[in-house]
Formats: sequence, C-alpha cells, structure tokens
Amino acid sequence: MNRRRNITGGILVGASAFSAISIIAIIVVILVIVVIGAKDTLSWEFITAFPENGMTEGGIFPAIYGTALMVIIMSVAAVPFGTITALYLTEYASEKSVIAQTIRFAVRTLATVPAIIFGLFGLGFFIKFVGGGMDSFFLGGELKWAQPNILWASLTMSLLTLPVVIVSVEEAIRTVPRELREASLALGATKWQTIKKIVIPGSLSGIMTGTILAISRGAGEVAPILFTGAAYYLATLPTSLSDQFMNLGYHIYIMSTQSADVDGTMSIQYATTLVLLLLTFLLNFVAIIIRARIRRRVKA
Amino acid sequence: MNQHGFTKESLRKKFRLSEYLSQRIITGVAFLSITIIVLIFFFVFKETIPVFQQPDKGSAIDSEELVQEQYGVFAESEEEDDRPEVYGMELDSALMGSRDYGADASTAEDERVTVSDLLGDQWYPVSSNPRYGLIPLFVGTIKITIISILFAAPIAILAALFSAAFAPTWMREWVKPAIELLAGFPSVVIGFFALMVMATVLQELFGYETRLNAFVGGIAMGLAAIPIIFTITEDALTAIPGTYKEASLALGATKWQTALFVTLPAATPGIFAAILLGIGRVFGETMIALMATGNAALISANPFESVRTLAATIGAEMAEVVFGDTHYGVLFLIGSLLFVFTFTLNALAEFYVKGRLMKRIQGKIS
Repeated sequence: MNRRRNITGGILVGASAFSAISIIAIIVVILVIVVIGAKDTLSWEFITAFPENGMTEGGIFPAIYGTALMVIIMSVAAVPFGTITALYLTEYASEKSVIAQTIRFAVRTLATVPAIIFGLFGLGFFIKFVGGGMDSFFLGGELKWAQPNILWASLTMSLLTLPVVIVSVEEAIRTVPRELREASLALGATKWQTIKKIVIPGSLSGIMTGTILAISRGAGEVAPILFTGAAYYLATLPTSLSDQFMNLGYHIYIMSTQSADVDGTMSIQYATTLVLLLLTFLLNFVAIIIRARIRRRVKA
Repeated sequence: MNQHGFTKESLRKKFRLSEYLSQRIITGVAFLSITIIVLIFFFVFKETIPVFQQPDKGSAIDSEELVQEQYGVFAESEEEDDRPEVYGMELDSALMGSRDYGADASTAEDERVTVSDLLGDQWYPVSSNPRYGLIPLFVGTIKITIISILFAAPIAILAALFSAAFAPTWMREWVKPAIELLAGFPSVVIGFFALMVMATVLQELFGYETRLNAFVGGIAMGLAAIPIIFTITEDALTAIPGTYKEASLALGATKWQTALFVTLPAATPGIFAAILLGIGRVFGETMIALMATGNAALISANPFESVRTLAATIGAEMAEVVFGDTHYGVLFLIGSLLFVFTFTLNALAEFYVKGRLMKRIQGKIS
C-alpha cells in the first residue's frame, strides 16, 4: 500500500518536474537554433546596412529603424493614457465602484482581444474613418491619410499595449506607501498636488517598466500592422507620419513565406529573428530587474 | 456661527481650478479603455454590414430557406490532394465543378452574401464565382485549437503544479520567470521556428505527407498558450489558503497527496479560466497560423492535413481586397465573429470562474 502510494507520488512529482524542465528546454532549443542559424550573418554591418539585391543580401537597417520609430510613436500615445488610467483606478475610483470594475474589465478584455482584430479596427477606424475624414476635411478629398502609414500602425499598436502599461503602472502606484500620501494631505496639500509630488515620482520606475514592457510587446507584434502600415520593401526611410515603414517582425514573416528565394535567404531570416529576439529579451530583462527592485523596496 | 468658529462657508472645500481639471481629465481618460472596446465593436461590425445590405434582393426569410437546401449538398473534395502550401489555392477553384447556388445568387453583379453562402463548405473568395463558405475555416480553427490545448494544457498545468507545490523556493524563483520568458517570444518568432525547424523535425518523426499542417501549427500555438495557462494556473494554486494544505498535512497526507487531492481540486475554477484564456489566445493567433499551418481551407478530421484558420484568413487576404467589396466585408465578418468569441471567453473566465473560485475558497461551495 505504502509503496504504491510512493510510486504514484513519484510519478506525479516526476511528471510535473519534467513538464517544467521541458518548457525551459524548448526555450533553450529555440534560442540555440536561432543563434546557430544567425551567427554567420549577424554583424554590425548587417544591422546598419540597407537590404540589397531584392532583399537577398545586405542588412536590415530600415526594418530596425521602422520598428524603433513605431514603438516610439506608440509609447507617446500609450504611456500617458495608460498612466492616467492607472492613476484613476488607484487614486480616484473606489475599489468596489461599478465604474472602476467596468474599466478593469475593459482593460482585461483589451488584453485578450486577438491582435488581428486591432488590425481590422485600425483599418476601419484610423485609416477609413479618421484618415478618410482628415482627407476630405483638410485636403478636399486628396488621398494622403486614408491609407496605411506609420502613424496609424503606431496608434493601432498603442491600443494593444495600453493594458500592459496600465497593469504595471497600477502595480507600482500601489507600492507608494499610504503614509506618504496621508502626510502630504495632512500638510495641506491637495489631492492633485499629492499625486503630482508624491505618487507620480514614487511610481516612476513602474511607469518605466510599463513603457519597456509595452515596447517589447509592440516590437514583436506583426498582426496589427499587416495592413495598417508595414511595407515589404522601401528604398528610403520613413520621413513623415504618412509614410509606410519596414518592420522587423513583418520582415521575418515576408522573407520566410513570400520571398522568391526562401532557402537562399535563410541566414538573413535567422539573423533578423535573432535581432528581434535579442531586442524583446533585452527589454523584458531590464523590466524584470526594475520590477524586482520595486518589489524589494516594498518588502523593506 | 458655532462655538468652534467654523461656518458652513469656511468648511467647504475651496474651489481650485487645477483640482477640478485634473479630476475631470483623469476620470475622462480612464474611460478610454471602455471607449476603445465599444469602438472596436462598432467599427469592426460596421464594415460587415454592407455584405448583408446589397440592394433589392431577398429577405431574411429566403436565406432561411436556402440554409435548408444547402445542408444536403455533397462536398466536392476529391481534387484537393496536392495543394501547394502557399496561398495559391484560389487558382484551382476554376477547375472545380461550378455549383448551382440557386436562382438567387447566380446573377453576375449581385454579390450579396446570404447566410447559406456563409455556411457553405468552400472558401474561394477570389474566383469568377466567389464562394464564401466559412465552415472549412471554422473546422480548421477548431481543429488547431483542440490540438494545441491538448498539447499545452497538461504540460502547463503540471509545470504550474511543480512550481507551486513541489519546487523548493530557490528553484521556484528561477523556474517561474524562465517559463514566463516564453511569453516574451513574439509570435512571429514562434511561427518562424515552427516553419523552419519544427515542421521538418515533426515530419521526420511522424512521417506524414504535408509538411505544414494542423499538427505543426497546433503544437506551435501551444507554445504560445503555455505561458498564459502556466501563469494563471500558478496564481490560482498559490492563492489557495495555507490552512487547506496545513490541515491536509496535519491529517497525515503527504506533500504530493495534498497537492493532488487538496490544492489542485480547490483551484479547478482558476485552472478552467486559464484554459479558457489559452483557447482565446490560440483562437485568435494569426502569425503562427499564417506561417505554420499550410493555409489550405480543407474540411477533414485528419490532424496531418493543412488547415486555414479564421484569423490567418484575415491576415492573408485583407491586404489584397478592394475596400468595400463583398470579400472585404466577409473578412470583417470573420473578425467580428473572432471578437465576439474571444470577448465571450474572457467574460466567462472573468465572472463565472473567478466568482466560483472566490466562493470555493471562502467555503461556500463544497
């Protein structure tokens, strides 16, 4: 009896440990294979050069540039709005109020909406509705804004990353000790003054974490920009908000499924994948470190 | 004036413009998330309306009748064997025997789509006689969802059990972030890995014919679902009050008995929520589906045949359609269906499951 129990227990513990280890092993295998595939091609030149010869040679600089530009515009849109929403949820709304709960539900819903739906929304709302409206209002029907471009792609992406910002800023705001707020209010400061001088400075690192996580997420997503602004190949870098742009993730997708010579450009694809992975990992890593610091501060 | 020298006037908060404005602005911005959800609903649905609203023909009634007729139609699926893996499949629709759609839809310029058309079993949007049957897309999506959840859920739940119940603290601090690292993988990277490496390895392992198929895609999407299921399950397991475990251990149960018979059952609503959210993730996943499933809209139960999912269809075809035509509208219709489905899953996970979990922890449900 006892032995059979021990065997069952051993199987359970073993199976669960095996599962955990195999997930980690999969991650390691992916990383190793990508690094091996990329190591001959990845160089400083690859990162800083333009694609050449119908994208079969050369570098991926425009894709890096386009991705960077997109996440900057995206952050400019998502971070302030996300921070303010988090401020409302923590400082103004009471936890149990219907409004706060509805907003929380909306945020969580937003986090689970499939990325491709954001793409459709960007097309229907930003390009057709807003862009079309701007064209007929300002330009008298001339086609400028009612087509895919980096602005609409970035704004579409900012909707997708908004929940990321809200969640991490909210977490950081909650770590600001209540005593500090009360001391400020007791000294006669108003609520807004308290938020401005105590709460926001106290949660700056959280806002930074949120921004970094949002950037890491936005840099990796492709589905929302498939038809809101990403381009297959551009000879020049985007210079205005109404230009299209190249993007790392989209570059990988196109090169691996629709290019004329998939096998010949294999090492370029691996190298691009590695660049994208390094970028998102590095950002995630920084965010994890900042977050760990915040948590340590709370414990202390 | 009372004895303290306060008046009603002096007790009233002084009006400050900055206070007033900041409160109003912050409250206003906080509604943005709700507004976005409503706008997504509105604009994604709005673009589908023209599909059903082409002028002068028909009514809801005769589309009902058409549904009836449609059910008996036999499938013309013999010539679907050697399909290329890319999206080239629209080409050979010309080879197919043209099907009589009934008098209603046969006029050339009338592109109105009826409910029965959408329930058809062929998806050939780009041909002289376009067919917008969504059934193959649904079959493909459901097939791939089942495969990936069957793969991801056991692994993720066991790993969560390991992290929450068995692993020593120092190991837990490593295992948890390491697994959550997988959530940081962009789906295009997982898709690329599936397309380049997994597809070949799995084909050699199992020896099936089509290189890109539902199985490869399902496993790859399972990788995307694992971190979601893992994290939520782990949270649910660690949220079970310590008194449960202590009571079980005090009664002489071993560590694994406690984990299997006390902690795990108590956390089932949370695990259920985790699986629901995992399903939602897989259902709407676009890039992995585009890259690793082969994208052929077939109806079959064989997991080793290519499939085309709903989300991948939008991703592959939206860039090439004419704004406002029927195909465009049908793609938005697919988007609406996806949105409604994931919204429902999320709402279900949110209200039903979390409510049950709380009640169970508080001891109201046995």
